[in-house]
Amino acid sequence: MRFNKFLVLFSIISFMMFLGSGSSFAKKPLKIGSFLAVTGPASFLGDPELKTLQMYIEEINAKGGVDGHKIEFVHYDTKGKAKEAKNFVNRLIKKDRVDVIIGGTTSGNTLAVIDIVQRAKVPFISLAGSIKIVEPVKKWVFKTPHTDKMAAQKIFEDMKKRGITKIALITGNGGFDKSGRAQCLALAPKYGIKIVADEQYNNSDTDMTTQLTKIRATDAQAILNFGFGKAPAIVVKNAKQLGINLPIYESHGVASKKFIELAGDAANGVRLPAAALIVADQLPDTDPQKKVLLDYKKKFEAKYGPVSTFGGHAYDALFIVVNAVKRAGVIDRAKIRDEIEKTKGFVGTGGVFNMSPTDHLGLGLDAFKMIEIQNGKWKLLY
Amino acid sequence: MKRLLGFYIFSFITLVLPILFPDNYYVTVVGLTVLINISLAVSLNLLMGYAGQISLGHAAFFGLGAYSSAIFTIKYGFNPWTAIFFGLLIVFLLSYILSRPILKLKGHYLAMATLGLGIIVHIFFVQADEITGGPDGISGLPTLSIFGFPIDTDLKWYFIFAIFMLITVLLSLNIADSRAGRALSAVHGSEIAAQMMGIDTAKVKSHIFVFSALIACIAGSLFAHQQNFVSPESFSFFFSIELVTMVVLGGLGSTFGAVVGAFILSILPELLIVFEDFEVLIFGAILMTIMIFLPDGLFVAIKNKIAFLAFKRSQKEVANATS
Repeated sequence: MRFNKFLVLFSIISFMMFLGSGSSFAKKPLKIGSFLAVTGPASFLGDPELKTLQMYIEEINAKGGVDGHKIEFVHYDTKGKAKEAKNFVNRLIKKDRVDVIIGGTTSGNTLAVIDIVQRAKVPFISLAGSIKIVEPVKKWVFKTPHTDKMAAQKIFEDMKKRGITKIALITGNGGFDKSGRAQCLALAPKYGIKIVADEQYNNSDTDMTTQLTKIRATDAQAILNFGFGKAPAIVVKNAKQLGINLPIYESHGVASKKFIELAGDAANGVRLPAAALIVADQLPDTDPQKKVLLDYKKKFEAKYGPVSTFGGHAYDALFIVVNAVKRAGVIDRAKIRDEIEKTKGFVGTGGVFNMSPTDHLGLGLDAFKMIEIQNGKWKLLY
Repeated sequence: MKRLLGFYIFSFITLVLPILFPDNYYVTVVGLTVLINISLAVSLNLLMGYAGQISLGHAAFFGLGAYSSAIFTIKYGFNPWTAIFFGLLIVFLLSYILSRPILKLKGHYLAMATLGLGIIVHIFFVQADEITGGPDGISGLPTLSIFGFPIDTDLKWYFIFAIFMLITVLLSLNIADSRAGRALSAVHGSEIAAQMMGIDTAKVKSHIFVFSALIACIAGSLFAHQQNFVSPESFSFFFSIELVTMVVLGGLGSTFGAVVGAFILSILPELLIVFEDFEVLIFGAILMTIMIFLPDGLFVAIKNKIAFLAFKRSQKEVANATS
């Protein structure tokens, strides 16, 4: 009897050891953590980002992982709140013990966690716009979306080409707007552009005629609206209602179909800098990005519906990490970081990335395309 | 000894936990949030539970503490402790000046006035971007150091927060059992009756308002230094509501009620996260169930139940002895 008990115990233990040894044959998984604003006011950014990550991680794992390392994906929804972002990043680092973090949909969420990732020494690729994320360079922090500074530069270049020297600036009160406004004010003098009006609205406002009426009274030659969400659509509509015929420039924050839907006819003639994704089919065949873009577009639209540039940022981040892990050969935070920094010539949806120790974004101004809305469609200008 | 027995047991548990589990996520990471929330809930309970004055703007004082630490250390290069002192000075002046007119109001009007205060302070954090950094907040706060020893790990912060929290709880318990505490209860019961008994109700109310604001202010400074970062949305109206919920959930008018409420409300979201999309639903359902079945609050209801059982047993003993 006693012997039997031992036998049973022994067989159970040996069976468990067998199971344990079986799983240890597989390589150590690559743990990618992510915190995105999938719900809340920034959900139109976070939602496609999450879908993109999930779709491609599934695909990579189905093909056997990164050099045999399966990807383990941990995700939390920050609802766009900086406080939640902090908690989740702590959780990702201290509880889930991830190797790499991709996320931080909004600049606010990203800026809130930079100190934590820097202290914990975890490579982090942000999906948010602000230039403050990578300037000054932080050792462990990278990002893939174009910066607001680049958007302002692109817009001012276009204005210069058209001979516009006096503009009216109108911005909202969100983080994106405020950061964009600061960049515009700082850069305008370098392009010989004078800002004759500097109006602001609340992002929840439903009418901007007051601000636009003030702008109409100035001698501005163009209106520059830096914002995202539904407010820019209202600005454009109100301007048309007031009979203001000045050229209107928007930021890359409106590069989604939703803007055209909301603004309707008034959107025609609006110019904006944006990533090439929305005009992928208009790119010349020689453009190296064309294949990547159409590929991503096809896959995403087959599964989820209309594609947006924001999901593309997640695609870029994921594959920068995957390539870095391949080059590093091991799952090691410091080595992965070093390899991310050495990313050269990576063709993503946002442009061609060339990172360096002094540039943790790696995109040039040519990554932005100047786009005009014509007959309710995006038209690639240059 | 007997009066503070609960406090000693509580302190022992709080201080021993991190020694037993120094690397546990729930102790040294979530624990920090729990500790700071307990301090805030206890300070709010002084005002709401003891004095019966509702405040929907408690997060404002918490935020002012955090922002003054951030602004004075980063923009003006002050020593962190000097910055905390200046923060306290600002909050003291603001709360003292506001306390008299605001606390003249009662019921819904008081709630609205404090709500307004909370929202105004929040708007200031968002809009005054030259001073407060706007919606992006301010990052890169230096860490605190005590006698040259920097507080740079979660474990060290745990002890700082724990000691601050225990001091707050001890003060709160002592106030409840003092002359001032009895005056507050009298104000809570009936202001007119309290005045008849010779209590300067306006003074008592204003003192407790200022005191509770000052505790929130220190909590804010510590929070800012621990996080190295402040942003307006940590101090929004919703956080004030959360604090009120903590106090009510644990049991109004009981210090340990506030402790229990804060503990549950801080730890629940962390545990419920596994339910992902249903997290908020389950969270709401739990709160609702507690409030429907235990309207006095969790801690108070359980304490009363135990006291009731003990009373019944002693009655029985008396009956047995006499028969």
